[in-house]
Amino acid sequence: MDPRVYQISVLSGLLIYGMGWLEFDIPPGQAVSILGTALSVQWICSRLWKLERFDARSALISGLSLCLLLRTNHLLLAAAGAAISIVGKFLIRWRGKHLFNPTNLGLVALMLVTDGAVWVSPGQWGNAAFFGFLMACLGGLVVMRAARSDVTLAFLTCYLALVFGRSLYLGEPLSIPLHRLQSGALLLFAFFMISDPRTTPDSRAGRIAFAALVAGSAWYVQFRLFHTNGLLWSLGAWSLFVPVIDRLFPGPRYQWVARPLALPDQPGSSTPNEQPALL
Amino acid sequence: MIKHLGLAFATAVFAPLAAHAFCGFYVAKADSKLFNRASQVVLARDGNRTVLTMANDYHGEPKDFAVVIPVPTVIRKEAVKVADKAAIDHLDAYSAPRLVEYFDDDPCDRMEEKMVVAAVDASEAKREKHADGAKALGVKIEEKFSVGEYDILVLSAKESDGLETWLTENGYKIPRGAGPVLSSYIKQNVKFFVAKVNLERHASTGFTYLRPLSVEFKTPKFMLPIRLGTVNSVGPQELFIYTLTRKGRVETTNYRSVKLATAVEVPLFVRDDFSHFYRDLFARAEQREDMRVLFTEYAWDMGWCDPCAADPLTNNELRAFGADWLHGKPTERPEEGQVFLTRLHLRYDAEHFPEDLVFQETGDRENFQVTCVLRHPWKGKAKCPAAREYLAAQPKAREKEAENLAHLTGWNIDSIRERAEAYVDKARPPKE
Repeated sequence: MDPRVYQISVLSGLLIYGMGWLEFDIPPGQAVSILGTALSVQWICSRLWKLERFDARSALISGLSLCLLLRTNHLLLAAAGAAISIVGKFLIRWRGKHLFNPTNLGLVALMLVTDGAVWVSPGQWGNAAFFGFLMACLGGLVVMRAARSDVTLAFLTCYLALVFGRSLYLGEPLSIPLHRLQSGALLLFAFFMISDPRTTPDSRAGRIAFAALVAGSAWYVQFRLFHTNGLLWSLGAWSLFVPVIDRLFPGPRYQWVARPLALPDQPGSSTPNEQPALL
Repeated sequence: MIKHLGLAFATAVFAPLAAHAFCGFYVAKADSKLFNRASQVVLARDGNRTVLTMANDYHGEPKDFAVVIPVPTVIRKEAVKVADKAAIDHLDAYSAPRLVEYFDDDPCDRMEEKMVVAAVDASEAKREKHADGAKALGVKIEEKFSVGEYDILVLSAKESDGLETWLTENGYKIPRGAGPVLSSYIKQNVKFFVAKVNLERHASTGFTYLRPLSVEFKTPKFMLPIRLGTVNSVGPQELFIYTLTRKGRVETTNYRSVKLATAVEVPLFVRDDFSHFYRDLFARAEQREDMRVLFTEYAWDMGWCDPCAADPLTNNELRAFGADWLHGKPTERPEEGQVFLTRLHLRYDAEHFPEDLVFQETGDRENFQVTCVLRHPWKGKAKCPAAREYLAAQPKAREKEAENLAHLTGWNIDSIRERAEAYVDKARPPKE
């Protein structure tokens, strides 16, 4: 099974759960606008870049993630978020690899330029332990299938250490760090966003360094600068340095493969001339 | 003399911590206030500038009143004011959940609706031995001044033991368990704003109650410390938070903010029992969410309201809360697009709300208010098919209202049906 199909199912399930049970503020029109724009822009870009075929999976993943995270009163901005996410994949590339996680790029770009008209609600998930557990299991499956669980594990280890470490230093009861970590937003980020195998560094050492940098900066933004969405800002900023990390720690480029799952990546596939058809 | 120390923060804030005192204060008020032990906080936020106004429901002896509030910076005298209690009551009444009545017209006249506001105010219902010892204990009195009826100290401390000792020695009763909380704040370089009542000046003000305190500071932290208020507290506390911001709705980033059910049609008898109804509705909603969310009760541009549950607040009133960016005429309401009001309501304790509330201002400008709808059916002779259809649909509509009410409040459906059946609707549509 293609890991992306699995990922699409999980994200769709989360969207239904969020809208049906957690009262996510997502007007149906907005979801349609985001998904429609993501798919159409993917189709147009596939044509412009003369890809062999149009593949909806990656665009659907970006679109669903945006539906879960992006909040705005304006349909046009929601559509713009989807368009930026997809176009960013094609335009912002370095040696044949796109730089930003598409969803992260769409969110960060709009939050930067719209003066608050686009926002992300990290509190929307609540922190029911059941929900966290469920997400962790589902997410865990997704990453393992995508064979990049190292980045998720490294990120979570660093982030947990920082959050628990700070609470221990301050003498806070354990319920405080636990409450902070039992967050759907954190799990979604760790298992579905930072784990994106197409944007993380190529080598394992690079990925672990990347995860540690993202975790440290996210913690700093959240708990020292007191800004919300530290995770998103941090991932956006450190994505710019992935080429540097790849140079310091070279490794084979990741390719989405349906089968067999254990097929080793071919180093040659990382050259720009051999771009995979699927983005 | 030992004073009961109201440790809390901004919010539940003034609740005196001694348990026996707490119960004593509110028992007699249970039937006259919709929510007991309620504190109200107004937060006006513009960039990093925050003005925090706190009103409590304290009805004990003024001499026993004291409050300790963690604040992010040293507070100078110019930054502290006593606020007008009436203004907070006004804000409360203006944003409170309300009943709206509709009178159905003759369906043959195309069922145009007339709306009457019977705004019900939910809260109608509603509701020295200083310096020497300080140094040795690592406590520094950063500022000392009086404002209105309050004597105020701003303290910084090196460790919680010293602070606890100092407070105890100076007549403040510290609840057990406050030490670790104080300690974690001290490590974050937080200062402590300590206020108690000066009886002479209180007498000279002529007020029979303690006026709200307002404190201004600059900080990137948009939050409300509630942890001290939950130490040793008996049962959950009720808190109303009103935020005044430029851009849009405010929500919490570390807890869910959920909108309460709105525009639900309920049986007409609720008109005479609104306080009871709303209290039970809120309790039921809390139960459904396992007391882990903040409920949004109102989110609206202050430039207009529909229907208005009270007269709009003026620029002057809003500026007094800290909305200094308003420049309109003092006695007029602000223009549209100038200031956005969010009203959050929560019930909290340490188990369900372990950490302080952290907020963010969103760009959400969609208006929201909690309304409960009473629909007065048209009663007349059917002269056309539309009217016959209308009348035929009425029993189903009444049943739906009963079901809504049972769902919202948990009341028994059979007794709802009986009360609805027995209710005599004397209301008449307003003359045009």
